[in-house]
Amino acid sequence: MEQVCVKNEMMLEFDAISSNESFARVAVAAFIAPLNPTLEEMNDIKTAVSEAVTNSIIHGYENFYGYGKYGDKTPSYIVVHPGKIVIRCSLTEDVLQIEVEDNGQGIDDIDRAMEPLFTTKPQLERSGMGFAFMEAFMDDLEVESEPGKGTLVRMKKKMGSGSWVGEE
Amino acid sequence: MEEFQVIDHCLVVKLPEEIDHHRAGYLCEQADHYIVKEKVEHVVFDFEKTRFMDSSGIGIIMGRYKKISCFGGKVYAIHTDRQVKRILYLAGLDKYVEIVKEEE
Repeated sequence: MEQVCVKNEMMLEFDAISSNESFARVAVAAFIAPLNPTLEEMNDIKTAVSEAVTNSIIHGYENFYGYGKYGDKTPSYIVVHPGKIVIRCSLTEDVLQIEVEDNGQGIDDIDRAMEPLFTTKPQLERSGMGFAFMEAFMDDLEVESEPGKGTLVRMKKKMGSGSWVGEE
Repeated sequence: MEEFQVIDHCLVVKLPEEIDHHRAGYLCEQADHYIVKEKVEHVVFDFEKTRFMDSSGIGIIMGRYKKISCFGGKVYAIHTDRQVKRILYLAGLDKYVEIVKEEE
């Protein structure tokens, strides 16, 4: 048997545009693939990453392009804007930690933002479930934010525990 | 385009493989276009191809629900796999949307 690596890290930096949402979650999924995660674990992590990155794009940087106003035809990178999002993943033994950081406008009231169904962007048909999903799909969630400076979301999940939240 | 079909005042939306914020705007826009233009009463979301959905999908469904429910319309979700079902239940959408059970 190959020995399971006990420590592994990676860092990604990319533009805060919506077409990078799938890139981000697939990159993180590829990072954890050597651990042989279950399909559920994989989906949990992809969903949590997708939520955090989407939050940075539409709330942190208020980059709405690619949202569809210009149809699917306009790639979001054509509209010059965005700041950067940094994802740091680290794996220690069987605990995966994911940090998603932006230098956007930050969150005034973190407790409020984390309430299920609360959204500051109802016009974009946001459900207000972003943080709730991150909490549900990961074991631990911390949010640090300073208005005007940016936001850091730190999530942890123990791999191989096979927990399955939610269904029915 | 085959993603959207209106059959008997019922709009069938064939959702893509991955539903995230990037795709959400286009789907909402197009669905609303059909709802207004074709006098749609009910909306059916077909998840047959869908393997990934985040909370943006919840927004798409709730947005359409709000638009048609005041006229007595209903929203259905069909061909939902385990992952999609889990997201729908976790968001409490089963209160608003009929999640059609598959016969296997």
